[in-house]
Amino acid sequence: MIDKLKEKLKDIIKDIKIHNEKKIYLTIDKNDLKKAVNIIFNEMGARFQTVSGIENFNNFELLYHFSFDKEGGIIVSLRTFTEKEKPEIESLTGLIPGIAWIEREIWELLGINFVGHPNLKHFLLREDWEENYYPLRKGVKTNGK
Amino acid sequence: MANRKVLVPIGPYHPLLEEPEYFQLYCDGEDVVDVEWIAGYNHRGIEKLSESKHYDQVTFLVERICGICSTSHPIAYCNAMEDLAGIEIPERAKYIRNIIGELERIHSHLLWFGLAGHFLGYNTVFMWVWKYREGILDMFEMITGNRNHYGMLKIGGVRRDIEDEDIPILKKTLSQVKGKIQMLTEAVLDDPVLAARLKGVGVLTKEDIKNYGAVGPIARASGVDIDVRKDDPYAGYNLVEWKVITTENGDVFDKTVVRLLECLESIKIIEQSLDAIKGKKGQICKEVREIPEGEGIGHHEAPRGEVFHYVRSDGTNRPVRHKIRSPSYVNIPTFKASCIGETIADVCIILAGVDPCYCCTERISVYDKDKNKKVYEFSDLVKMSVEKTEKIKKEIGKEGKLWKKLL
Repeated sequence: MIDKLKEKLKDIIKDIKIHNEKKIYLTIDKNDLKKAVNIIFNEMGARFQTVSGIENFNNFELLYHFSFDKEGGIIVSLRTFTEKEKPEIESLTGLIPGIAWIEREIWELLGINFVGHPNLKHFLLREDWEENYYPLRKGVKTNGK
Repeated sequence: MANRKVLVPIGPYHPLLEEPEYFQLYCDGEDVVDVEWIAGYNHRGIEKLSESKHYDQVTFLVERICGICSTSHPIAYCNAMEDLAGIEIPERAKYIRNIIGELERIHSHLLWFGLAGHFLGYNTVFMWVWKYREGILDMFEMITGNRNHYGMLKIGGVRRDIEDEDIPILKKTLSQVKGKIQMLTEAVLDDPVLAARLKGVGVLTKEDIKNYGAVGPIARASGVDIDVRKDDPYAGYNLVEWKVITTENGDVFDKTVVRLLECLESIKIIEQSLDAIKGKKGQICKEVREIPEGEGIGHHEAPRGEVFHYVRSDGTNRPVRHKIRSPSYVNIPTFKASCIGETIADVCIILAGVDPCYCCTERISVYDKDKNKKVYEFSDLVKMSVEKTEKIKKEIGKEGKLWKKLL
């Protein structure tokens, strides 16, 4: 599986982390994301699972999880980063229709802008939610202060 | 922000069952032209809360995500933590996890089937199926002490053992439920009215499944044989004999059949697991003292499909990030593919066919496309659905023979 991924994604992969035989993490540049997802989702036929958005000390991290169910249930996670000031990444709604909700969710909870998303409005939070107040960020306490 | 006293519901969490959600159907006459879904009424911020609990507490926190499949999230979370720390659980714990996971599948599918009967105007089915489900809840009470929220899972194994003297009673209850489920399955397959109501309704193609990433019985009814238990075996699913149920048509009828047949497979798994632990003694939980720095992914095949957990640890006793994705999160968007073009009377059962939650469907209101005005409430929809069944019954002029035997 790793060889196949290396062959298909050649120059795109910046770093490979093999946690164990079933969990593979590939680091890619955010500008290559669409290309990489197209290869994994459309060409290699993986199932899209979800996206995890994480706030790090000096950047935001996004993990796109894909599962190769019929090839031993291997989960390949594409890891990409976006800067802390004005976090932005390309929306993949054109490639995967099922990604629309999770992109909206990450946008409202972490404040990462998905460029090209057709319906980027509040999803879990109420419609009149305060602007630039992102509850899942680390500075926000659970009591809302 | 500082002086506003608001209890902020934070963290992405999607309620699976018995929780408020809101569908808006946009209709042109009888036909549905668009479906909108509004969520967030019951957003509790479990992911954010999880960051403030230590690893053992999180097991109980995620159990509270859902009242119906309450052990699915702990299993997925424990899988993630065991993946992170590289823990191999004892064999006896594997079998016990099998038993808990599969009992939950049976009770959840029976609950769904009863509700589906109610939506279609078979209220007797609703009553009877829920009666059969009681046997399963009694088994839960015997094994875990609770009818729901079992508190059985722990990182490294399970918290309670199954005693040898309980096993014969458990097996007896199970065989009684098995007979009832077999009868129900035959009755469904035999009934011409159900066939007329459910066949060809709310069809999802293989392509829809891939595009929306749908999982569980929804995918398997469309011929996509994904099942985490088989594809990436965890707990003791590779230690017992069973098969993945798939059907080809992708309509509500097939979703019903898949769920009922799956219950029979679950019974097979439980019987084998009970046999495997009978008369043996063994450790049920490994001692886990420290969680190292790193990240872990765990998934579990819940009754509604794959539950996905991602946990990142920085070496302290709390997660830095805990991402949870429940199966309905990817199953509900398939409504866009399955409802549009159907009639209003059928939408009730299509929405229910995904098994999202009955409160979900209770919050349906139907809008007139041109006037943007509310025309039907949920009770009207159930009424229309029941009337349609009655009409078909009259047209066909008979009911399935097996229903008579059953009722």
